[in-house]
Amino acid sequence: MAVLTEEQTMLRDMARDWASNESPVTAWRKIRDANTATGYDPAAYATMAEMGWTGVIIPEAHGGSDFGWLSLGLVIEELGKTMAASPIAASAVAASAILLGGNDAQKDAYLPRIASGELVATLAVDEGPRHDPSVITAKVEDGKLSGTKAFVAEGDSAGLFVVAATDGLYLVAAGEGVSVDRRHLVDFRSHAQMTFDGAPADKLASGGADLLEAVLDRAAVLAAAEMLGMAGQAFDTTLAYLKQRVQFGQVLATFQALQHRMANLFSDIELMRSAVEAGLSAIDRGGDTRQAASLAKAKANEVGHLMSRELIQLHGGIGMTDEYDAGFYLKRMRVLEQLWGNTAFHRERFARLSGF
Amino acid sequence: MATLAEPETGADSLEAFRAEVREWLAANFPASLKGKDNSMSAVEGPTQEAPEQAAWRKAMGEKGWGVPTWPAEYGGGGLSRAQAKVLQEEMARAGAWNPIGGMGVMMFGPTLLEYGNEAQKREHIPAIAKGEVRWCQGYSEPNAGSDLANLQTFAEDKGDHYLVNGQKTWTSGGQWAHKCFAIVRTDKTQKQGGITFLLIDMDSPGVEVKPIQMISGMSPFCETFFTNVKVPKENRVGEEGQGWTIGKRLLQHERTNLSGGGSAFRVSGPSLADIAKKYVGADDQGRVADPDLRARIAKFEMDWRAFLLTAMRVQAESKAVGGVSEVSSILKTVGTKLGQERAELMIEIQGLQGLGWEGEGFTPQEIQGVRAWLFGKATTIYGGSTEIQNNVIAKRILGMLDHQ
Repeated sequence: MAVLTEEQTMLRDMARDWASNESPVTAWRKIRDANTATGYDPAAYATMAEMGWTGVIIPEAHGGSDFGWLSLGLVIEELGKTMAASPIAASAVAASAILLGGNDAQKDAYLPRIASGELVATLAVDEGPRHDPSVITAKVEDGKLSGTKAFVAEGDSAGLFVVAATDGLYLVAAGEGVSVDRRHLVDFRSHAQMTFDGAPADKLASGGADLLEAVLDRAAVLAAAEMLGMAGQAFDTTLAYLKQRVQFGQVLATFQALQHRMANLFSDIELMRSAVEAGLSAIDRGGDTRQAASLAKAKANEVGHLMSRELIQLHGGIGMTDEYDAGFYLKRMRVLEQLWGNTAFHRERFARLSGF
Repeated sequence: MATLAEPETGADSLEAFRAEVREWLAANFPASLKGKDNSMSAVEGPTQEAPEQAAWRKAMGEKGWGVPTWPAEYGGGGLSRAQAKVLQEEMARAGAWNPIGGMGVMMFGPTLLEYGNEAQKREHIPAIAKGEVRWCQGYSEPNAGSDLANLQTFAEDKGDHYLVNGQKTWTSGGQWAHKCFAIVRTDKTQKQGGITFLLIDMDSPGVEVKPIQMISGMSPFCETFFTNVKVPKENRVGEEGQGWTIGKRLLQHERTNLSGGGSAFRVSGPSLADIAKKYVGADDQGRVADPDLRARIAKFEMDWRAFLLTAMRVQAESKAVGGVSEVSSILKTVGTKLGQERAELMIEIQGLQGLGWEGEGFTPQEIQGVRAWLFGKATTIYGGSTEIQNNVIAKRILGMLDHQ
């Protein structure tokens, strides 16, 4: 754990207490069973907004607390531990696009509403099943955007879309020229196929050519923070299980083969934590975030992937049952692994940025 | 004991100290030595020093800066941690390195400062600080490796001295050490409680050393035999039977040095990617021509970055809580594994050119790379093998129980 300020510690503890007391995995199970398109509980999201979590990276002038990305990452990590579902990450990433690339009018129009939780915003970039921002065909002509975006997170509840078009990022409000088709993935969260057909689009013009990349870095690092929470929880749950499960007259935790596997996973998760925290801190510092973001997401992908598999394997048969929670973590982890770049994508990017 | 005022470490005084260091380095570090540190020197043993190398070692030794944070009254630098960091930074900037090293510095000195009596500290610490006396470690035995407390070398109480009989192995640098810090058995009826910490002169009658040839072709380790070796009682550190406690403390220093905190993982010279471009070639976009190799280099570099970030995090956390972060326990296992991965990649990148043993057709870098690759296999075995470290992590940190 990075060395935290007093405010950060308080924020983290508040998120931890709320998630474990008010939004444990049983709460997620209810949402999952309800099988709604939005994939979260609006009342819970309103509570999160009241606690200020929707405005952590938004400046005070626009209704936020301006606590920064490491702080937001702490909240997302804690929520990830109990699978507490919300559009906080998607909205924060969309807000960051407006912060980095919007004019005053755009900031005034949207940031206070995102900070208050009244407006859910999201980022729409990819047009296929794999993250690939080099292939964008959505086009804007005469202020109207047309094109299709695949698997847009929180697309089912978003009122505002930050859409990547061939010549930059645009703000598009839900409604005229925007249609939403639910894509029901294994994680039971909101993923939508978005069709924009002559939707009024307002360009984010002041962010420069690297705006999309900077925003995607933020999206990748926040996904990694959620994965860190999930992986840490998967590890703790597995450890607790091994300490109480008896086979052959022995507690499983006494078997050296399992001890060494857990020691290795412990090491992996510590490296994952370092990479994720470094990614969040790099965003807070400003400047070039590319390598740090790719490191965070690639490491989160690798370790999250392994830990979610080991979670099932080390639990044995019970891990395979829907009655147990392990499956939630495996399924959400795999979705997050694909979002904003899989391991190969970020390795390739890291190598390119390193000049080889 | 003289007490030292805590050196001032405010920003102003640090900058003044930095200026002092720069000036001193300019006056004392020979420009001809710039960047000529040999990362394998610790295991290759003492070589004939060129006059300027000897002068550099002497200058650093007299200044006490080879052991910058040790107390000045015993020949150390007496610097604060902040000042030591400045010293390190300035040395790196000047292309200088620390010529004072070895086990006396890494492990024995800090342990003796904690557990030794005044006379022992006065006798041994200054000589270590000056790099004049080389120490070796008498710990492992043929049947006491990972199970170290099983050691059998026996020290019989003869009144004013002990009579030591037995065999040690993996004595690093035993053939060129002046002295040995050893743990020996003084009581056969109890395991850990029967162990005592002794300092043994390597030129005592009855000490015999046989270097062991390793797969790297080097002989950095020895078998050491003790036959009726007389060790005066004043060479016992701590009380009789306290050797296990002192010995374990020393191993903590060893682990710290073998992990990210020390210089053991310093990577210098060209990057793997640059080496790959040279040996494998690059495509028209400047990428390493073999995409699979390129991806694996990228994976390694990212893991390495995550490891360094973790080492930095451990330092920051330890400083913040005023103790050792429990995460530090993973640094040795992860760092040594990555070090081996890097060496394997390096060999693979170079093809057969990377497997030269000696003679014509190979550059010194290629030969050194091969020796380093082979020697590096020891890093996951010595200082507590990866398996032992994993036991420690599982039991002490994760609370996974012992077999009933």
